[in-house]
Amino acid sequence: MRVTQGTFSFLPELSDQEIHAQCEYAIRRGWALAVEYTDDPHPRNSYWEMWGLPMFDLKDGAGALLEINDCRKTFPSHYIKVNAFDATQGFETVRMSFIVNRPPEEPGFMLRRQEGAGRTIRYTTHAYATNKPAGERY
Amino acid sequence: MLASTSQRSTGNTSSRYKSGVMKYKEMGYWQPDYEPAASDIIALFRITPQDGVDADEAAAAVAGESSTATWTVVWTDRLTACDQYRAKAYRVDKVPNTGPGTATEQQWFAYIAYDLALFEEGSIANLTASIIGNVFGFKPLKALRLEDMRLPLAYVKTFRGPPTGIVVERERLDKFGRPLLGATTKPKLGLSGKNYGRVVYEGLRGGLDFMKDDENINSQPFMHWRDRFLYCMEAVNRAQAETGEIKGHYLNVTAGTMEEMYRRADFAKELGSCIVMIDLVIGYTAIQSMSNWARDNDMVLHLHRAGHGTYTRQKSHGISFRVISKWMRLAGVDHIHAGTAVGKLEGDPLMVQGFYNVLREAHNEVDLRRGVFFEQDWGGLRKVMPVASGGIHAGQMHQLLSLFDDDVVLQFGGGTIGHPAGIQAGATANRVALECMVKARNEGRDIDREGPQILEAAARWCTPLKQALATWKDISFDYTSTDTPDFVPTATASV
Repeated sequence: MRVTQGTFSFLPELSDQEIHAQCEYAIRRGWALAVEYTDDPHPRNSYWEMWGLPMFDLKDGAGALLEINDCRKTFPSHYIKVNAFDATQGFETVRMSFIVNRPPEEPGFMLRRQEGAGRTIRYTTHAYATNKPAGERY
Repeated sequence: MLASTSQRSTGNTSSRYKSGVMKYKEMGYWQPDYEPAASDIIALFRITPQDGVDADEAAAAVAGESSTATWTVVWTDRLTACDQYRAKAYRVDKVPNTGPGTATEQQWFAYIAYDLALFEEGSIANLTASIIGNVFGFKPLKALRLEDMRLPLAYVKTFRGPPTGIVVERERLDKFGRPLLGATTKPKLGLSGKNYGRVVYEGLRGGLDFMKDDENINSQPFMHWRDRFLYCMEAVNRAQAETGEIKGHYLNVTAGTMEEMYRRADFAKELGSCIVMIDLVIGYTAIQSMSNWARDNDMVLHLHRAGHGTYTRQKSHGISFRVISKWMRLAGVDHIHAGTAVGKLEGDPLMVQGFYNVLREAHNEVDLRRGVFFEQDWGGLRKVMPVASGGIHAGQMHQLLSLFDDDVVLQFGGGTIGHPAGIQAGATANRVALECMVKARNEGRDIDREGPQILEAAARWCTPLKQALATWKDISFDYTSTDTPDFVPTATASV
């Protein structure tokens, strides 16, 4: 399966040049780029690990690409995403977030159903990869 | 200012309060030198007076009938601070392109100011009972339309606004940087719960973020509401597990009573839904109650504007959707259908953008081209996500993105479910079209001009998109809009 979180997951993987163009867009809009990685792709995993702090003063997309590629070298089989953070009042949130690295094999998720009264079902989504301890998953 | 006002309206007290009938103008409802206070509510009406009624008197009559007046003089006014409570018509302008020499009889824009003390805090019902209560049936007018309102910050802050808002909704869904994608389950009526859930699953699995009940899906003989809720949540959870993405289905909890709506909403919550839906026809008070419920239960609240076309569409009479948008932002909904500009339903592109700006901006500037007459400070009230739904398809993606930017839900019902290769293919076509267009825009390409080529390029590697483009390439709803701004001389072209 393919985890389709992020702004561009239905497109072919972005090349470094295409990632650079998106980073330039974020910088033009005044957003701070940040790189995050994880080996737990659960859709409600809100806190991926931060690859350093958001790059608030970055003026050039090439700098972001450098960080992305360093992160890829360290975690070649993790999910890695680029976030763009907007500090404008009324937003103060992520404005763009796209995946730039993913494991070669994505085993996907198990859906557990616990049947309850009145035909209700309590659902739990479980990432197969997280059966293994952190660091040994992909 | 206040001194001169009170001097003028009470200066000749004995004749003013003599029993009998007098012109509204003479009763103090027309005050051309009045300067609205920052705390006044201002309403802008479009007035078509009956023959022989002059514009000032018609405006004064509207001010009177929407505030303190009745048809005759009453001495009991003198027991009150009536000069303060009287609404003041202070300006009338001829509406451009109406009157002699045009196809439309003479209309007037009338500006009326209301003292804040006239209104109960946090109640759309109270606001509307004054502003649109009696006056729309008033005989001296042929027609009347509420075009816009300026809501003072002090009044805005008495409302709680959207329970979730655009920012928090995106954070909960973990979806950023692109419009959200949805579809309404079709056919609207007749599917059993199990078949209905199939359509929901296919749409979500194929790449949509949301599926949606239609406005008239409640609890009918072919599908009772509990059955629908159970099957839809199976579809949502399955699709989430298959994609690793958060998905949702707007469960319509609209019902005959508040008690029943609460019952249905509670069941939706028990099943783990992230969103519930109501229809505009449930009424302003019910909407505010459901907004409180949504706030208490961390639920996104989707509003379908069912029924609005009966009073928003015709330019001469009714209420502009711009005003409904303002009321609904105060009342507190998270999503509202606000037009597509390019689809099957009424909507001049610039006017629709005006509605979107009212819903999404922290502060509105005067923008007459988009029909926005007043500056409006929203005082930090959360933003409503507009929903574009009705007769749109993947081939229009560049136009939709260019018109509405990222903070919108694009809903392709027929444009998903009617795909020749099935619902999943339809959903995938829309998602690929969207993502490739966002990517191109961010790269600095001119999507208005290059949009069709960008779609064709993506269709070369995405067969579902290729099929969608081939199926709907020539579909457009190119009719002239009825609700257009009266600032620019002609309606903007429907695209």
